[in-house]
Amino acid sequence: MNEKHTISCLVENHFGVLARISGLISARGFNIDSLTVSATEDPTVSRMTIVVDADAVKLEQVKNQLNRLIDVIEVQELKEGQFLDRELLLARVQVNSKGRGAVEELLKRFGGRIADANDHWVAVEATGGTKQLDQLIEQLRPYGITKLVRTGRVALEK
Amino acid sequence: MTTKMKGAQILVECLKREGVDVVFGIPGGANLPTFDALYKSDIRVILTVHEQGAAHMADGYARATGKVGVCVATSGPGATNLVTGIANAYMDSIPIVALTGQVRTSVIGNDAFQEADTVGVTRPVTKHSYLVKDVRDMARAVREAFYIARTGRPGPVLIDLPVDSTVNETEFVYPEQVNIRGYRVQAAPPIQTAQVQAAAEAIKRSTKPVIYVGAGVIHSGAAAELMQLARTLRAPVTTSLLGLGSFPETDPLSLGMLGMHGFEYTNLAVAECDVLIGIGARFDDRVTGKPDEFAKKAKKIHIDVDPSSINKTVVVDYPIVGDVKDVLCLLLSMVKPLDTDAWLKRLQTMKEQAPLTYREKDRILPQYIIQQVSEATKGNAIIATGVGQHQMWTAQYYQFNRPRTLVTSGGLGTMGFGLPAAIGAQFGCPKDTVWDIDGDGSFMMTAQELATAAKHRLPVKVAIMNNQFHGMVRQWQDQFYEGRYASSELNPVNFVKLAEAYGCVGIRVERKADVRPAIEQAQSVKDRPTVIDFLVEQKEDCWPMIAPGKPHFQMLGTYEMLSKDGGVAQRRRATPDEESKLSLG
Ligand SMILES: Cc1ncc(C[n+]2csc(CCOP(=O)(O)OP(=O)(O)O)c2C)c(N)n1
Repeated sequence: MNEKHTISCLVENHFGVLARISGLISARGFNIDSLTVSATEDPTVSRMTIVVDADAVKLEQVKNQLNRLIDVIEVQELKEGQFLDRELLLARVQVNSKGRGAVEELLKRFGGRIADANDHWVAVEATGGTKQLDQLIEQLRPYGITKLVRTGRVALEK
Repeated sequence: MTTKMKGAQILVECLKREGVDVVFGIPGGANLPTFDALYKSDIRVILTVHEQGAAHMADGYARATGKVGVCVATSGPGATNLVTGIANAYMDSIPIVALTGQVRTSVIGNDAFQEADTVGVTRPVTKHSYLVKDVRDMARAVREAFYIARTGRPGPVLIDLPVDSTVNETEFVYPEQVNIRGYRVQAAPPIQTAQVQAAAEAIKRSTKPVIYVGAGVIHSGAAAELMQLARTLRAPVTTSLLGLGSFPETDPLSLGMLGMHGFEYTNLAVAECDVLIGIGARFDDRVTGKPDEFAKKAKKIHIDVDPSSINKTVVVDYPIVGDVKDVLCLLLSMVKPLDTDAWLKRLQTMKEQAPLTYREKDRILPQYIIQQVSEATKGNAIIATGVGQHQMWTAQYYQFNRPRTLVTSGGLGTMGFGLPAAIGAQFGCPKDTVWDIDGDGSFMMTAQELATAAKHRLPVKVAIMNNQFHGMVRQWQDQFYEGRYASSELNPVNFVKLAEAYGCVGIRVERKADVRPAIEQAQSVKDRPTVIDFLVEQKEDCWPMIAPGKPHFQMLGTYEMLSKDGGVAQRRRATPDEESKLSLG
């Protein structure tokens, strides 16, 4: 059965590493839900957080294959409940100044805010766990979302 | 003040320290500095005709010697011509280092003349690669590349060298230590003794064990330990194609090769065994047939250096990750002799009831020729092959007795591998007799390397099983496509004239009586290559064979079928299910 899995990798911080990893995952026919690369406390090392859709056997294979890459220093699967995860969402919602209040109320409940606005739309900003942001999007939808981006998950072991 | 050196010079210094004595390749604009530095050194540089030849030579050299093979090509087309050879080495875990020229760093990405993204193109078929953008990284890159190529599960490593990295100067500091934090070989967890113990317990309860061996035993240099294990357990040993040579086929415990074109009794033995000890083998689909039917009655043990090859096609009961030799030493300390008399007797009967055999035809049969080469060389020659029927017949009928004597493309199945690989092997092992047993189709893909062999007066011997067909394709077309020969017929070629044109000895053989004398004649030629053009039976089929998508114990063209209907296994159309699974390799 396919499920979403979060893999956290420490990798060498030099060119070509991202291509190696994404190439490996796509060559095995996995779908990457999201992939983020970021700096860590050590400038020679980056952290990649990869969310893939896979069954248990395939997941084990991906982890083994990732481990085989010389540029990958450490591979860890983050299990449900053992990590904090966040992503950032930016969206443009079609409300004029009249409708803005309701959106603002909604955002307050999700810990988000309005980052930019004009007569035709507002740009909203929110961070949170994946599910939380999914919910926020559902509730914003009736107002008319015209553009949306999410960063993908970053995660930290608890 | 220490003197500065050019990048190319540093490269050559590092190659010397790795013990490199020969490199294969072709120069061009982007790697002239490298060739110039090599020219001034005492490393032998073998100019090949085609870069694919260079990569296969490095590969053949590595397979025969166990050392890292090196090939060199220029940027763009030189590098892309290497790709087949690199992919071939990757699939069979062969340690080679490919040095490719690259355009200057400042113009990379500009579609400069002869620019190709070599690192990008080769990424899926290399164990690792380097793009040396700064001459100060040269020494470390070369040192690490060789280390990575030969350790752990070996494989090809590519170093892409922009011109400036080879002409700029820096101080040469040789990195004595290699420290690659992401490389699992260095950070490998110790062997799990408990896991080995559990496997040993399973072995102790076995009365019908089979040891199944792959190339990992050869890479790890564990043939002696394997022999000891087989002797101790009194367990029969079967090998994959690439495992041939790890266990002498003349030994009474040898079951020979298993798998698609393996022996019938061997596949039956695997189907019946109660414990299967897989060592340095990867349960390849050519071995297992339908994976969930493979060795169904057996507890399966899998010893391999590469965790990613465990549970990949077949789920096993006792996975053990570690260097094959180390694990075998540990296992040997835990096992005791088994009572396998009844089992060995049963296998002997099976072998007698279903021997590997063929029926005489009007023309010479390749099987007979290969048996003769085997006898004439006493199973001690290094044998390279192309890909096709002749390759499978070589695996079946040549009796391999020592490791590193079969040089064949297993994983990628690369036609054209035979001749250049034989040349590489001969450079690495000048005292050995080296044969290339080839098909006419495969041979023609890289035949031009006869020029390379002739130039260096190599006594390589080529035996062409000339059936004027892509024989293996023709066999499948007869078997599954009602004999429609779509693009499998080859034009007749006079290989004697071809050989002579290159300065080699050419011999034509059309009669059975002339087979052995021709082989002996070739063996006596010491100062140039010999090509024997054997005009063989055109439509001989290679049996037995596991039908596509079928379990490994259901073989076509078995002894029983052969004796019943005179050599032709029942011809039938492939079912749609089989058709979707048809893949020749
Ligand atoms: C480079 C490459 N192209 C195509 C194939 C597909 N293929 C597999 S066997 C074969 C025919 C081989 O013919 P030949 O070398 O004459 O050997 P034979 O089977 O006749 O012994 C072909 C075309 C391949 N393995 N490699």
